[in-house]
Amino acid sequence: MTPNTDNLVQYVLCYADNAMILGQRLSEWCGHGPALEQDIAITNIALDLIGEARMWYQYAAEFEGNGKTEDDYPYKRVDRQWRNVLLVEQPNGHFGHTIFRQFMFDCFHYYFSLEMMHSNDQRLSEIAAKSNKEASYHLKYSSEWMLRLGNGTDESHQKMQEATDDLYIYFNELFEATPFDESLMGIAPDLSKVKERATLKFNEIMKETSLDIPEVKYPQTGGRKGIHSEHLGYILTELQFLQKTYPNAQW
Amino acid sequence: MSNKNWPLFEVFIRSKNGLSHKHVGSLHASDAEMAITNARDVYTRRKEGVSIWVVESKNITASNPDEANSLFDPAEDKVYRHPTFYQLPDELEHM
Repeated sequence: MTPNTDNLVQYVLCYADNAMILGQRLSEWCGHGPALEQDIAITNIALDLIGEARMWYQYAAEFEGNGKTEDDYPYKRVDRQWRNVLLVEQPNGHFGHTIFRQFMFDCFHYYFSLEMMHSNDQRLSEIAAKSNKEASYHLKYSSEWMLRLGNGTDESHQKMQEATDDLYIYFNELFEATPFDESLMGIAPDLSKVKERATLKFNEIMKETSLDIPEVKYPQTGGRKGIHSEHLGYILTELQFLQKTYPNAQW
Repeated sequence: MSNKNWPLFEVFIRSKNGLSHKHVGSLHASDAEMAITNARDVYTRRKEGVSIWVVESKNITASNPDEANSLFDPAEDKVYRHPTFYQLPDELEHM
């Protein structure tokens, strides 16, 4: 079965954009990490994610054809064309916010890539296999920090609770089917399955940290349809500055 | 967050072809687990290693440089302690 080109490209962009925007966000920590060792740890994760985004973008460009390149997607789209979830564009906040955002994303990313490895699309399953190794380290890293800060001092616990209260509303969107899942049966993994396993892991760590999971009255969603928070515009301004100022500039 | 209270750890990496862990440097971490992840991120980004050891620096007992004369000089004229007077069979690796 050959899927509709546009559906597959847009589907791939959902995951490319997640990795790209979170990678961009994390790279803001470069030179500002709470300790030299964490500075480099976080920028390593940023680079893993940007590397992953490139693999998705390259595939989208090849699939779409028409002379598209991997750079066209990150540099030449306006905010309404981006399909990342809202979580990844949220500001870094304090270190606790960054860790909690990362932890939620990693729970998703690890189990998502694990499922994606069974995709009928060979290229997608290969990308998933590579990123799953990285995601498993990211999840270990963020889980350890969740435990360390959640069970640390009164202050660190309180800050982690604050991060949880601020960002947990974005968790569910990670597991919402993209607008393209239905047309890509056998290619797109079943996100309800991903949600089940990721939530188990999430709950296990949350229990160990004795952080309260807040009740969500208004879960935030819309990113995959191109409806973003105000933050994305600022990220894109910085990310696309060079291409906008010097169109088609090359290294 | 300040790392002024984080203890110092010494990091040892075994490279893919190496037989033993070699000291590569030191870093700060709040505990040994964190020291391993920190070492992974700081010292193995370019595929430098396949195994990491960390040990808190305070647990290392070092020889005293002032005693170097008594510790090391006596070995200077004992050339017969080197196995250079033997023919080593080819099968013997890693000497």
